[in-house]
Amino acid sequence: MIPAKKFRNTVLAAAVLLAASLILSPAIFADSHKDAYKIGGIFSVTGPASFLGDPEKKSMNLAIEQINEAGGVDGHMLEGVIYDTEGDPSKTVMAAGKLINKDRVTAIAGPSRTPTTLAVIPMVKRAKLPFVSCAAGNKIVEPVKPWVFKTAQSDIQAVASIYQHIQKRNIRKVGIITVSNAFGESGKEQLLSQASDFGIKVVSSQSFGADDKDMTAQLTKIRRQDPGAIICWGTNPGPAVVAKNVDQLGIDIPLYQSHGVASPKFIELAGEAAEGIFLPTGKILVAEQLPESDPQKQVLLDYIKAYENKYNETVSGFGGYAYDAIHLLAKAMEGTGGDKAQIRENLENIKGHVGVSGVFSFSKTDHNGLDPSAFVMVRIRNGKWELVE
Amino acid sequence: MQEILQYLFSGLTNGAIYAVIAVGFSMLYSSTDLINFAHGEFVMLGALGMVSLTAGFGLPLIPAFFLTVAGVAAAGMLFERLAIRPVRHPEPIVLIIITVGASIFLRGAGMLIWGKNSYSMPPFSDHPPIDFAGARLLAQSIWILVIVTVVTAALHLFYRRTLTGKAMTACAVSKKAAWIVGIPTKWMVLLAFGLSTGMGAVAGAIISPITMPSYDMGTMLGLKGFCAAMFGGLGSLWGAILGGFLLGILEALGVGFVSSGLKDAAAFILLLLVLYVRPQGILGSADVKRF
Repeated sequence: MIPAKKFRNTVLAAAVLLAASLILSPAIFADSHKDAYKIGGIFSVTGPASFLGDPEKKSMNLAIEQINEAGGVDGHMLEGVIYDTEGDPSKTVMAAGKLINKDRVTAIAGPSRTPTTLAVIPMVKRAKLPFVSCAAGNKIVEPVKPWVFKTAQSDIQAVASIYQHIQKRNIRKVGIITVSNAFGESGKEQLLSQASDFGIKVVSSQSFGADDKDMTAQLTKIRRQDPGAIICWGTNPGPAVVAKNVDQLGIDIPLYQSHGVASPKFIELAGEAAEGIFLPTGKILVAEQLPESDPQKQVLLDYIKAYENKYNETVSGFGGYAYDAIHLLAKAMEGTGGDKAQIRENLENIKGHVGVSGVFSFSKTDHNGLDPSAFVMVRIRNGKWELVE
Repeated sequence: MQEILQYLFSGLTNGAIYAVIAVGFSMLYSSTDLINFAHGEFVMLGALGMVSLTAGFGLPLIPAFFLTVAGVAAAGMLFERLAIRPVRHPEPIVLIIITVGASIFLRGAGMLIWGKNSYSMPPFSDHPPIDFAGARLLAQSIWILVIVTVVTAALHLFYRRTLTGKAMTACAVSKKAAWIVGIPTKWMVLLAFGLSTGMGAVAGAIISPITMPSYDMGTMLGLKGFCAAMFGGLGSLWGAILGGFLLGILEALGVGFVSSGLKDAAAFILLLLVLYVRPQGILGSADVKRF
């Protein structure tokens, strides 16, 4: 019995030692990198939301490279530590924990999706860490949380742009069809609550599963209420199926999509059914068509050129969220010596920062900092985006 | 009336997809007593293989179809030979866990080969949607219905009329007895895997124009197909077809008459009720084990 007990003690001691060394090592590691500011990135680089995370990761690296080439922040280089969340909230929480406890980052950019962002907010609150999300959902900054900011345009502004457009065309009744996840629910909430502000009535509200292959049943139900337009809220591939089904059923009223499908992939998936669809989008898709007077035009063209040169692929509408997040953080880090509370303070006071997704002016009550002018309405014509007034 | 018809059409389209996948589950079960949880992944391979051969290599539709089915069937046989046959104590639970592992492996391989995007594929025939009393059905749905019926009928004849088919059935009833009367049981299992995964590929290929295939499509399709097979009675080919269509139509009617948010719930509650009353499924038989 005694040798067995002794053996157990040895194993226990070894385990304690191992654990201790694991906990201590990051601290030692961090010391040797005292000079660089570490920024964590958590994006859904793979998985169903990879269309968001992949360009975001690339744009974050691009922004860090640009800032470092220009001499860094007060002479401190930036160092990005990026983890993949696969779009999964539990993996996101693990990645955020790693960034906070092991990598000891100064600030975090990302995650890409609303559910993953909501999952990590309690952690950054506890760690008192400046956090700039790249997700669209409005719940992220409403109510305002001191440490939480976001760069992606909200569904509030997207819904307002759509309703403005519908109002101008004298349409009074709309049917909505939303995906049953956080993105769709948040869009639905805004669509229902803002409708009366524009004198519009939502006559039918339907939903579909993110993996569904046929939405003709929902659309048939909407058609029965005889609306003047249909608004679909979701991310690929569901909205492409909706577009095809509208075409199949021969429903002859305008179809509006959300900014969630503002990527060339949607046009490819929906094919001919994409023709004539209206959607609100950040200005990046139509940067060339913007009037010269637009303050964002030059920033957009520079970003597009840098991105396409570096990665040799067409720029997407989503990478800009991470690009803006890094530039905003870098701006806020100036003169702080890496003090997190001060970075947060500076971030809140940034005014008129011209970014890819809009002109940011943060305040104590607004941690998104954008207004509806961050969006423009586009129509898909001949497989291309066309700016409409 | 027009609406009810449209709900039925919507249900037929989804139901045909579930049915053809359920047939693959059911036929493997009826010849090897095994449930292949990687079946959805073979459907994915079929769909993406079809996209690659037509859009990527520019093959015409018909050769691409047969090449895809043959290729996926070969992959299925390879899977049986490398992962299922070497198992020393082939308890059902062990084999099922292996198939779950295979599904994760295949999904990962699919992601590496085809990336993370969805693909689009043109329909088999460029016919506009067909109008019945104001309700519209896609031409591709008719292709699916026809191909599913033909393939299931062919399988039915294979089991009932050919010696090989009967030998396969014998293997499922009792492997040892089949071996004693001189049936090469190992070959039969291999063949069953080839046929079942080939069926999966047929399913994937014919649904690719309406589903926008991606590497992760297999999980959901496999699950729904499995439910449909249970619903109709595992082991019965026509039961699988019936189960698939019923599940699809119930979902569509759930949308129409209950609410689109409760669509899956409505269908699955009914499924649970049916299984509670008839645990063997609608067309499964309780007293004789399967046939």
